[in-house]
Amino acid sequence: MSKIEIKNVYKIFGHSPSKVLPMVQDGATKEEILEKTGHTVGLDNVSLSIEEGETFVCMGLSGSGKSTLIRHINRLIDPTAGEVLVEGTNVMDLDQKKLIEFRRHKMSMVFQRFGLFPHKTVIENVGYGLEVQGQKLEERNKVAMEKIEAVGLTGFEHQYPNQLSGGMQQRVGLARALATNTDIMLMDEAFSALDPIIRSDMQKQLIDLQAELKKTILFISHDLDESLKLGDHIGILNHGRLVQVGTPIDIIMNPADDYVAAFVKDVNRAKVIKAKIIMLTPEKFKSQKEKNSNTIKVNEDSFLDEFLPQVCLTPATVEVVDKSGNIKGYITEKELSKALTKSKADILTKSKTNVGQ
Amino acid sequence: MKKYKTYLKYFIYSAIFVFVIIISYRSARPRYKPEHYTDIFKDFSWLNDWPKWLDFPLMQPLNSGFDWLIVNYGLFFESINYFLLGMYTTMKNSIVGLPWPIVIALVVLITYFASGRKTQTTVLVAFCTFFLGFLSPRYWDKCIMTVCIVVIGMLLCIVIGIPVGIAMARNQKVRNALLPILDLMQTIPSFCYLIPGILLFGLGAVPAIIAIFVYAVPPLIRLTDLGIRLVDKEVVEASEAFGANKKQTLWGVQIPLALPNIMQGVNQCTMMSLAMVVIASMIGTRGIGDEVLLGLQQLNVGMATEAGIAIVLLAIIFDRITQSYGEKIQERTQPKKKVDL
Repeated sequence: MSKIEIKNVYKIFGHSPSKVLPMVQDGATKEEILEKTGHTVGLDNVSLSIEEGETFVCMGLSGSGKSTLIRHINRLIDPTAGEVLVEGTNVMDLDQKKLIEFRRHKMSMVFQRFGLFPHKTVIENVGYGLEVQGQKLEERNKVAMEKIEAVGLTGFEHQYPNQLSGGMQQRVGLARALATNTDIMLMDEAFSALDPIIRSDMQKQLIDLQAELKKTILFISHDLDESLKLGDHIGILNHGRLVQVGTPIDIIMNPADDYVAAFVKDVNRAKVIKAKIIMLTPEKFKSQKEKNSNTIKVNEDSFLDEFLPQVCLTPATVEVVDKSGNIKGYITEKELSKALTKSKADILTKSKTNVGQ
Repeated sequence: MKKYKTYLKYFIYSAIFVFVIIISYRSARPRYKPEHYTDIFKDFSWLNDWPKWLDFPLMQPLNSGFDWLIVNYGLFFESINYFLLGMYTTMKNSIVGLPWPIVIALVVLITYFASGRKTQTTVLVAFCTFFLGFLSPRYWDKCIMTVCIVVIGMLLCIVIGIPVGIAMARNQKVRNALLPILDLMQTIPSFCYLIPGILLFGLGAVPAIIAIFVYAVPPLIRLTDLGIRLVDKEVVEASEAFGANKKQTLWGVQIPLALPNIMQGVNQCTMMSLAMVVIASMIGTRGIGDEVLLGLQQLNVGMATEAGIAIVLLAIIFDRITQSYGEKIQERTQPKKKVDL
């Protein structure tokens, strides 16, 4: 069973969403609905499942419904139709009391603009989740101090949030989410408001924490590099529709449509693709005629950009090996060039437009 | 279904409208009306000037309603009267009984601690307080009376206004219902409730307190409502996401963050109370206002101005104390950035 399952969720904003729902279900587009009824479609038949312990990144441009989607999981927003299952429980079936218990113990959230309480000190902010659970001051300060230490903010615990820099504030947000020790973490564009260097620091910190804690994370982002870096799976939203779900490699190698293709166009493929993804199996390699006598040995988990310079310098066949040195496959120049060219879809659309002109 | 409901609503509204017109026609005096109602549809001369029979009879029911209120609920108003008057006299007598230097010292102490130990504000307030008596020794006791009325009026405003403001911020329906009432309270000429106040509560301080409440509570309610709604949505969401219930969100997040705005409301409330207490002197409320009135009645411009200055001084004292208290709270809820990091 998946940790989180979203089944056919629709969300329509407006004064009578249930009336507009059939139109959306019949496949009317967002623009049509807005023009005809004045309602905004937030989510349009979104279904996805997130496995325990994985980081699922939900990506899309602004207005694509990412933030709406994440708020359905802890029911800050109620869906117009559909089901949200967390550990098998339908979130919509919870009454007010159970919902509060559910939010206290099942999941925590990190916000884009941090959502810190400006009138509370760092330690009070971090302990807030425990405070609403009714824990005693000493206990919650003890836990809060641990988490403050985990995110590297020791010494700042008695400062107020606006005395800290943006990156530090988001660390407080992260520590606050960790403090309740929930299995699920929802991160709504958590690093989008930070400058690039601090952002990559925070990403690294999250990866390290995740390696240790193995939480189920739903991460919202509009930045492809971030998604590829963090995500075990990526879902791409466009106008409230989920257009593609897959591993980072899936998304880059086989974009489902033009929208996704446009997204992945500028990615540095060499930094994302691992050797084992594009290698030929030994059988296939043998059937090929052209062979280069030079060979380089490369670990199966290394990225292309780690051995690409070498291949450029002295043309060679790449032998892909696993940790114990067994040969798993081969990479020739052909595979390399194929992997590094932009996707087929991209080339196709370009040639189409040329014909049109 | 929804459309049908809207039509029904419109139908009910128009039915009420027609009903009101028929009532006004029936209750009009016979000599104002045509002999038979069918004449209206034959002779259209009534379209030129507003016909006398088209007159909504609001005055009589209001009068009889008011009488009914006095007869049946006299005890209720009497008890409010006793309560407020008791509070007023106790407070007034105890302060008037004190030697004046002690009163000044008390004001200074209150200012000093309310402003978070700001010397400048404290010195200013001390001088203003001294000048109240210094302007004319008669003013001292009268100012104390005025202050007592204002303080009790404000307490009433705070006790009722802030909860109402919170209710308004949390519920759209409550807000829709209350906004026109607040508009009414703010625009209705003050004599419209000062005079009935006398009938219900008698002459003196109590109708002034009631008038202060009517006049000064709307800005407090509005600013409380605004303050709570202006609290950053993401912060409220954060509190909900961590499983805070409504009470925890309200007391732990919304009210503390709305406090600067609420304090602004209290400040506005004070200023308006002072304005009203002067007008209330016209219905026989004792205080510094009646000096202004006396000066005007005797065409004694100097006297009226002198009393006017005393009122301004009172206003400054109240303003400084509430304002600096608000600033102190603001510093606590939204601390300034530290430079040395």
